[in-house]
Amino acid sequence: MLPFCFEWVWNVDHIIFFGLLYTALTIVATCVVIAAIKTVMQVFGFTRQRHF
Amino acid sequence: MDSKLLPEGVERCSFGMFILWMLPWLAILAWGGLAAVLCLVKGLNQTNMSNVFAFALWIVFDLGVIALGAGAFFSGFLTYVVGKKELKNIINAAVIIGFICYSGATAMLGIDIGQPIRGWFIFWHANIHSMLVEVSFCITCYLGVLIVEFVPIILENRKLDQIKELHIFGHNLHHIMGVIAASGTFLSFFHQGSLGGMFGVMYGRPFAARDGFYIWPWTFFLFVLSAIASGPCFTIICTKLTELLTRKKLVPDNAIQLLAKVSGWLLSLYMVLKIADTLVWIYDIAPRAGFKFMDFYREGPYGVWMVAAELFVCGIIPAIMLMTPKIRENQGMLVTACLLNCTGIILNRFVFIIVTLAIPVMPFDRFLSYLPTWQEWAIGFAVIAYGFIVFSLSYRYLPVFPKERELNPIAG
Repeated sequence: MLPFCFEWVWNVDHIIFFGLLYTALTIVATCVVIAAIKTVMQVFGFTRQRHF
Repeated sequence: MDSKLLPEGVERCSFGMFILWMLPWLAILAWGGLAAVLCLVKGLNQTNMSNVFAFALWIVFDLGVIALGAGAFFSGFLTYVVGKKELKNIINAAVIIGFICYSGATAMLGIDIGQPIRGWFIFWHANIHSMLVEVSFCITCYLGVLIVEFVPIILENRKLDQIKELHIFGHNLHHIMGVIAASGTFLSFFHQGSLGGMFGVMYGRPFAARDGFYIWPWTFFLFVLSAIASGPCFTIICTKLTELLTRKKLVPDNAIQLLAKVSGWLLSLYMVLKIADTLVWIYDIAPRAGFKFMDFYREGPYGVWMVAAELFVCGIIPAIMLMTPKIRENQGMLVTACLLNCTGIILNRFVFIIVTLAIPVMPFDRFLSYLPTWQEWAIGFAVIAYGFIVFSLSYRYLPVFPKERELNPIAG
């Protein structure tokens, strides 16, 4: 049982279904976090600000 | 009054005129809000849904707008993954339309499930073998993706763009849009398919049941294909309607023509497969279940005319119109073809939802009819009004069409 799914069972069906779902969610969340971190770095001058 | 919020270098109507335009939509939204409160407080007895018609008008609206909203993910896929640069002139509009469709559908589902307070059960007690669970997960996640895609457009508002942090964040989001678009494509592919798959596995309903490949009935693939064939056409219709209302040209022809061409070829492929699927259903699947084709159309208003309308009038004809350059270059013909295409897809969803449930299965069953109550209609129309409100606000305050200034230079 995992906290993300109350009725979690360790079988292939659950691993494929939730594996794909969490992969997609992780990719989207990571992208947003990277954009936020880059913004903070650029605002505080830790990295060079790109000219848009 | 709100001139400081408007995009630079473009013309907009006066604030008073804008409020006048919004009033009818706000009134319809309020009407829908009243119906929603009635449904939430008094229960689903406010509707004409029953144990037979558990799927009714709202699900027709939901599946319709979700199919038409596919223009967002497919345009995003073509723009950011395939690299069709000309579509950058219409991608903002496609994203906003997608956001409207998916958020509207999700809100409607919140009423449809009867007890929204238990809506989280489907995530917590996930039955992973259910097509509906997969649909729920993917629609919710894809709505999140659409919000991430919509945020940079909102941050381009003239006032918000002056805030340095938001300006940089918006542009950083733009840079990762390719990955977001690819994730959105993955999520959309599966929920569009599972919506179709849900009907294909209804083995107790020979009108809808189909054979398939591995765990996916053919309807899984047909629903994906029909959504990506009609979604871009809906984006074109919304753009053309905006151009008509504002009396401006907003998108260069090459972007519209590319979307129309892709849509036409996808629709033709869909029609070939759909006709093959219909023939297999008539000559193999239905007889195996003890039915002849005409048995499905003995009673009620749903006759063979629906098959003809879906396959020929709203299928083959718009496919030919969209594939032929000379026809789709004519603005009137282009809009007609797009309208027929979108009508066909909504008709397809109506047939799978309502007709499937209405047609008798057992010898002692009789044809069952269903007419929505005013509460059901009100909530359906409220979603349309919500769409007009969000798109109108976006057009007024955000640079939705990047080429608008170039295509409509202000004299003097």
